[in-house]
Amino acid sequence: MSSPVTHHAVHAAPKGFLRRYIFSTDHKVIGKQYYLLALFSVFVGMLLSVLMRYHMIYPDAKVSWFEKLWPTGAAGGIMTPELYLSLMTMHGTIMVFFVLTTAPQSGFGNYFLPLQIGAEDMAFPVINMLSFWTTFAALVVLLAAFFVPGGAPLSGWTAYPPLSAVGEIAGPGQGTGQTLWILSIALFCAASLMGAINFIATTIDLRAKGMTLMRMPLTCWAWFVTAILSLLGFAVLLAAGILLLLDRTAGTSFFLPAGLVVNDQILNHKGGSPLLWQHLFWFFGHPEVYIAILPGMGLTSTVLSVFARKPIFGYRAMVYAILAIGFLGFLVWGHHMFVSGMNPYTGIAFSVLTMAIGVPSAIKTFNWIGTLWGARIRFTTPMLFALGFVSLFVTGGISGIFLGQPALDLYLHDTYFVVGHFHMIMGVAAIFGIFAGTYYWFPKMYGRMMNETLGKIHFYLTFIGVYAIFTPMHFVGVAGNPRRYPNFKEFEFLGELLPVHTFMTHAAFFTAAAQLIFLFNFFWSMKKGAKAPVNPWEATTLEWTVPSPPPHDNFGGRLPEVYRGAYEYSVPGAEKDYLMQNEPAVAVKE
Amino acid sequence: MPLAFIVWAFAIVIVYVFLARLWWFPPPINQHGIIYDQHFLSTLLVTGVIFFLAQLALGYVIVRYRDRGQRAVYSHGNNKLEVLWTSAAAVLFIGAVLASTRVYAGVHLGRPPENALRVEVLGKQFAWSFRYPGPDGKFGRTDIKLINDAGGNPFGLDDTDPAARDDIVTSALRVPVGTPVRLTLKSRDVIHNFFVRELRLKQDLVPGMEIPLVFQADKTGVYEIPCSELCGLGHHQMRSTLEVLTAEEFRRWEQAQVEQLRQLQQP
Repeated sequence: MSSPVTHHAVHAAPKGFLRRYIFSTDHKVIGKQYYLLALFSVFVGMLLSVLMRYHMIYPDAKVSWFEKLWPTGAAGGIMTPELYLSLMTMHGTIMVFFVLTTAPQSGFGNYFLPLQIGAEDMAFPVINMLSFWTTFAALVVLLAAFFVPGGAPLSGWTAYPPLSAVGEIAGPGQGTGQTLWILSIALFCAASLMGAINFIATTIDLRAKGMTLMRMPLTCWAWFVTAILSLLGFAVLLAAGILLLLDRTAGTSFFLPAGLVVNDQILNHKGGSPLLWQHLFWFFGHPEVYIAILPGMGLTSTVLSVFARKPIFGYRAMVYAILAIGFLGFLVWGHHMFVSGMNPYTGIAFSVLTMAIGVPSAIKTFNWIGTLWGARIRFTTPMLFALGFVSLFVTGGISGIFLGQPALDLYLHDTYFVVGHFHMIMGVAAIFGIFAGTYYWFPKMYGRMMNETLGKIHFYLTFIGVYAIFTPMHFVGVAGNPRRYPNFKEFEFLGELLPVHTFMTHAAFFTAAAQLIFLFNFFWSMKKGAKAPVNPWEATTLEWTVPSPPPHDNFGGRLPEVYRGAYEYSVPGAEKDYLMQNEPAVAVKE
Repeated sequence: MPLAFIVWAFAIVIVYVFLARLWWFPPPINQHGIIYDQHFLSTLLVTGVIFFLAQLALGYVIVRYRDRGQRAVYSHGNNKLEVLWTSAAAVLFIGAVLASTRVYAGVHLGRPPENALRVEVLGKQFAWSFRYPGPDGKFGRTDIKLINDAGGNPFGLDDTDPAARDDIVTSALRVPVGTPVRLTLKSRDVIHNFFVRELRLKQDLVPGMEIPLVFQADKTGVYEIPCSELCGLGHHQMRSTLEVLTAEEFRRWEQAQVEQLRQLQQP
């Protein structure tokens, strides 16, 4: 290892179309495949949410094409409550797994982790390919649930038993639809486990010479810790999913107690506990929140530093905060269960740990403001989305301080306050991270620039739109509005909140329409955008040292050598206002 | 630049809506509700200040440090500041949760008073049932094989048990004002959730478990009970009411129920 200039032929560039673009083992192709899968999924998920919002305020509306899509769920063109619930289940599942888990980690991570640490590919390219195609299969199986008798499941993305465990006597969609849901999640878990070992091995073993852990860009730290969370979290979800499947198909009673009478039928189960599922599910489910948001936090840190032309404020503190979030993330699952019937003393323990996890999150926010302090800000589209991320992260994080207290959760649990909270933070803040990543890395991925004017219009409309949708959810939540209600006709106090829902629905239409600008910009720029130079943003990390797009083996057979950290901007005495990580001679020391 | 003004505008609007209480809790009807509201307000105050200052600061740096040709400051951070804001955040967050423990403990960790009125709450897809022990003060035997919703026996009361024969079963929860009530929450199919906004109380009903919930309503009136845990296609219709009656009204109502049962059971 004396010289970095050694030739590594990990695998030669493949020839035929199939091996190059479909069953490719190139991390860059796989990264794009994941990204496009997430892009497809996010539009499906968004469409479902728009239909839900429409149904909430016009539950009796007759829309002829509803019937074409769902002949039983919307017979006569009027959407049934059970169809609403299945749209909700599919919306949540698609967004959490196939968008928020897939795009930032499997998509961007796959493409840019090897480039940023100076590797030619991921550690296990074939497993990487297998992981993508397993995810693809998981998505197909999930969407198939729409087309089976009974339709998609209606038990929500959390699939609490007994509702999810007793079959179609609990409602339409709880038969084949729910089984497909579990199979899809099991496949997704398997794919995520393969991805996780790949990310961990790559980060530990394939860093270029001089790329010490403490010189890694914060994106790499985030992907690394996210991979560890995936490894530990998805393993548990996979096990829980198999147990649930056995309860449904093999007559076991892991989650089903004795004495169940569902729909006038006495069920022959005994000895199980519905709470066991909740513990297992949230042991995965809470780290999952960080799986979704950590890569966005890493990217926001990088983008803020690049366009502030300033080193990241408190790099070490940022690394420790990521590690602390990763660790504490496994100790707080019980805060989803404050009113579930678990021992109240446990609730107090979980709430203290939950508040503790707020501390590293606060550290990150302070450091982002610190990075911007004394900066010279360039307002590019990726920068706007990163700034938007900070604003949304603060807003979404603050409501967490309410929900993390079991006392306040006694009222707020399962109200729209919760819906507003998690959409703000793990929904749109994470999506803003994905948008920032898209605008930032598109030139490297596709060799062309995205249109900045369209990008800015997209940003402003989306930023205003998401605040308009999700802020009022907190207000109706404080008024006690329960979540997962298809309409608000049965309760007097909900009728009074209908105008707020009408407002949110219109805001959702507006925001969804604005995403078409993004879609157009994305595909138009792919063909017609201005040619991207090697380093359009004057950034310092290694992906900006290779052509856009990079060659098959990334660094042209010459692995880079790294001399400094990832955030050397505006160094006094330097010629330019940025120093590349692989630039040997400098006027100043670190 | 415009971003700063949008961020500030949102911060101001959000703070205004909370201050003006445009959408708010209904007035509380119990002691716990009063304490709950106090704690909610103090949390709102502390977090509201943090929220407002953070958004203000974000907008400020956006305006102040936009590219005007200046040179950016070269700094990798400041350890003193890191320690300062880490400790400040820790004290604030942990402080909030410790303060709230009192409110939580008041609901779940206290002992129910001896004289509490005992009521069983049963959830099923998609209706609520309530059972009172009747004049003998004892809940009678039940058997799931005897469950008959159409025949008015959602609990599966066993008539061969004398203690079961006087149990009162209703579809609305009626309680006397100013009297402690001890609910026992049960579900016979899937998970449901008992929620009364005015009591600031929410608790799941889990099949296989009997979960106690104690409250005392101090104001008469009728309050809605929405199921607050997804239970299936009729979740949004699973409604009942809590009717807080005067002591006299409650006594008369209970008497009427007992009388009615007696007449029904005459051979």
